[in-house]
Amino acid sequence: MTADTQAAQAELGRARLRKEDARLVTGQTNWTDNIVLPGMQHMAFVRSPMAHARITSVDLSAARALPGVIAAFSGADFADEQGSLPCAWPVTPDIVIPAHPPMATDEVRYVGEAVAVVVARDRYTAADAAALADVSYEPLPPVLDMRTALDEGSPKVHEAGNKSFEWTFANGDLDAAFRDAPVVVERNYRQQRLIPSAMEPRAVVASCVSDEVTLWSSTQIPHVVRVMLALVTGIPEQSIRVIAPDVGGGFGSKLQMTAEEVLAVLITRKLGRPVKWTESRSEGNLTVHHGRDQWQRIRIAADADGRLRGLSVDLLADMGAYLMLVTPGIPLLGAFLFNSIYKMDAYSFRCTGVFTTKMPTDAYRGAGRPEATFAVERIMDELAAELGMDPLQLRERNWIRHDEFPYTTIANMEYDSGNYEAATARARELFGYDALRQEQNERNLDNDPVRLGIGISTYIEACGWAPSRILGQLGYAGGGWETASVRVLPTGKVEVVTGTSPHGQGHETAWSQLVADRLGVAFENVRVLHGDTLVSPRGFDTYGSRSVAVGAPAIFSACEKVIAKAKRLTAHMLEASENDIEFSDGRLQVRGDPEKGYSLPELALATFAAHNMPGGMEPSLDSDATFDPENFSFPHGTHLCAVEVDTETGHVSIRSYVAVDDVGKVINPQIVEGQVHGGIAQGIAQALYEEAVYDDDGNLVTTTLADYLVPSAADLPSYVTDRTETPATTNPLGVKGVGEAGTIASTPAVVNAIIDALRPFGIRDITMPCTPERVWRAIQDARENGGAA
Amino acid sequence: MIPAKFDYVRPSSLDDAVRALNEGGEDAKVISGGQSLLPLLRLRLANPELLVDVGGLDLRGVRDEGDSLLIGALTTHDDAIRDPLLAAYCGLIAEAAGRVADPAVRHRATIGGALAHADPAADMPAVMVALGATMIARGPAGERAIGAEGFFDDYLTTTLAANEILTGVRVPKMGPGWGYRYEKFHRTAQAWAIVGVAALARRSNGQVAEARIGMANMGSVPVRARAAEAAAAGADASADALRSAAQHADEGTQPPADLHGAADYRRHLARVLTARALAVASGA
Repeated sequence: MTADTQAAQAELGRARLRKEDARLVTGQTNWTDNIVLPGMQHMAFVRSPMAHARITSVDLSAARALPGVIAAFSGADFADEQGSLPCAWPVTPDIVIPAHPPMATDEVRYVGEAVAVVVARDRYTAADAAALADVSYEPLPPVLDMRTALDEGSPKVHEAGNKSFEWTFANGDLDAAFRDAPVVVERNYRQQRLIPSAMEPRAVVASCVSDEVTLWSSTQIPHVVRVMLALVTGIPEQSIRVIAPDVGGGFGSKLQMTAEEVLAVLITRKLGRPVKWTESRSEGNLTVHHGRDQWQRIRIAADADGRLRGLSVDLLADMGAYLMLVTPGIPLLGAFLFNSIYKMDAYSFRCTGVFTTKMPTDAYRGAGRPEATFAVERIMDELAAELGMDPLQLRERNWIRHDEFPYTTIANMEYDSGNYEAATARARELFGYDALRQEQNERNLDNDPVRLGIGISTYIEACGWAPSRILGQLGYAGGGWETASVRVLPTGKVEVVTGTSPHGQGHETAWSQLVADRLGVAFENVRVLHGDTLVSPRGFDTYGSRSVAVGAPAIFSACEKVIAKAKRLTAHMLEASENDIEFSDGRLQVRGDPEKGYSLPELALATFAAHNMPGGMEPSLDSDATFDPENFSFPHGTHLCAVEVDTETGHVSIRSYVAVDDVGKVINPQIVEGQVHGGIAQGIAQALYEEAVYDDDGNLVTTTLADYLVPSAADLPSYVTDRTETPATTNPLGVKGVGEAGTIASTPAVVNAIIDALRPFGIRDITMPCTPERVWRAIQDARENGGAA
Repeated sequence: MIPAKFDYVRPSSLDDAVRALNEGGEDAKVISGGQSLLPLLRLRLANPELLVDVGGLDLRGVRDEGDSLLIGALTTHDDAIRDPLLAAYCGLIAEAAGRVADPAVRHRATIGGALAHADPAADMPAVMVALGATMIARGPAGERAIGAEGFFDDYLTTTLAANEILTGVRVPKMGPGWGYRYEKFHRTAQAWAIVGVAALARRSNGQVAEARIGMANMGSVPVRARAAEAAAAGADASADALRSAAQHADEGTQPPADLHGAADYRRHLARVLTARALAVASGA
């Protein structure tokens, strides 16, 4: 260990409580909905009750006449200025990107689409007035099943048809891999549609003073929203300020440029008064972008000893009615991960994006990677059953060994590092794998009405979105770099400006720890600034587990520049050679003569006075840095789940859950564990509880939390978590990212466990969510079909 | 919460409350803990013009009346879980109260409110049907008593008049030999029962001498499983015998079908849960 890094080892890896939590848990912060501006008015939207219809008339006279209402607008009123909501990811040259006006003007294509907006002095009046809007519709046939939407005779969502794009990838000789393969397994898996449920609903406040627009929004992406607002509305970018105050969760649902944001800006500009909109939970269920929603046809070929030969994946992905910010790219994020941690000879992938008359889909925690991981981990279990092998043994036979890194996969990803053996061995030990297998056998032999099942998920994911170069190759309009400024104030305290935009992740704590570690200043003396384009003018915000893998290295690099400046200044002040100056424990001093030197605060004060600066050096230690990764980072791990399935009722209960994750180096293990816990819960939710259900007319049935079941702590087991630590080699910190790992890993672990419990009945799949009724029916059907046991 | 506009009064006496309700007519609604009514207001599924808040009335707590207990309508579910009289004489109520929603809801939600709301999926109505409880109502004409099975009229509908307030519920003390069990089957802890089965059984000489079974979410009102009760009476207090008696649990029911369960699944659950509840209640 060098003197340069010795100083603050204690900060990195320290389980500090989060500094932002005091204001969050005591309610002292301002959420967007808490913001009150003088003269502020409230917006309420009139939304389509039809899945697909032509708008024949919009009569807002009764709404306008209600006392307290100051304005009401239809889509037609804004036709000339509202533009089209952006899709930043045209994944193929011939992709169909339909116009997407923030308010529908002539046709509605999903239930909940905005057709008019009322502005009133309070929320109650606005809601009353919205109910008085008289909109006439001429019904058109809905398109609700992506599997038939591409049929010749299907009604069309858009004139151009129901196909948005087809995207393919292939590597290796797939025909050879499948030809004469001793074992081929084929499955058709369903990724149900999910609704993100952030704790804080979406909320927007907009104000316009002298053509300067300020938008407060509960968003993950203030920087991207600013650019997009300028492009959509034509308002000059320099006149737009976007503020993301404290934001209560996103899970990808606030990685969006929403209709409500655009309309709030247009309306405040038109009326000259600030406006606010906060969605209700039911309005959110209808109109926050949904997640997942794929049909996955997957085929795998193997030798008799279990060695994988080839894998073929054919996806149908439901785009919903329109393409939103990154809608078409989401299923493709999985394209490079269906092969997971396994070696094979050939791989092919095809994804067809399909329009339906439902709420558009877009990023939801994991975004494409949970879908891929589910399908491959499910079919690995099926293959193991077909081969009569232990499913862990099958994985071990095929995974990349720790001494084979860096390894270029069949999907052309270069995995820099990993140790699947270590994570799996640790998980196996914590889980008591062999004892559980033995108990399972005994209970099967006893015909126990409550069966035990063991589920395995040896997942990998790609974090750190993203190398800008690769984004360019994938057709994405933006970049993937991140930026940071580190400012040493005259009193020696430090301000860090980050382009990441935390909405629950704890960046203020983690970035403070990182800076305290690098600069040798006290944790308490670091302040992190974010989420306001006036304060943090550039950045690519927070999603895709990118903040630690891309944002933190930018901060690290800015700190290095601060130290370099400080060295140069010290050398100048001491009339010493820069090469003789070392940085240790927050001091710049002469190597071998620590008495001669200055503390960082002393140097900061010296730059403030600037009495004696080296030639050409600006009078500050402040430094900016940008990090654009060369490659993704690849967290991995092994999750093991034991379930008990009550065969009389179909009820599934999780008996034990072990997660051993390798997210590389860790800044704050407590934050990491929190992410893992929450992530596992969200994945379990997909396996057992959550599903957005539309009826045959295209109405969303699951509009409340009574119907859309989000599990609470009472429904979830205590997790046993541990980590192995294989540093990433693709960034200077060795970090990988942890925001989505749990969600990606846990869904297949749970479903594999359920199927493992019921395999003696001949059951090979149950559609998610594995509700008690579905599990019970699967057992009934298996018994009727003469399955064993 | 953005409900439609309504007026609100909080009377300090029962007479004043009845008067306010009477004057409000069909468009007035009683509110106590608000755990059922507030969501309906929020979704604008209920649009009363007047809310009569009975929260200020002295109707909270459990009273010993000799052979029976009188549970004040404003007794919360959390009160019920902790009440010593219920623990001693009517543990079924405490057990079922502990299965309702979550702690925050249980601290606000009242037993009277849960009964007057008459949601067939709720737990407490099924419990009261099993117990053969008596509802005590007060209207302009005075007080009257209504048997539990005559009280629940239809989905979210009771035989209370628009100007009557439910003030309490009288339940019999369950004597020696009686056991009980509430089996609630739901997908998440906070969700309503897909099916709930409240069972009481009196055991004598290794047999079930008498059984009483109320079921939640097996029809538009909470229902008695009379055929299963009859089959259980005289049966051995054994898992096998009670499973066989429970095969009659769904007879005569018309269970609903929704996202969480089709009717045939509910019928099946009613049989399984009845068998389990009877087994526990009778110590089988």
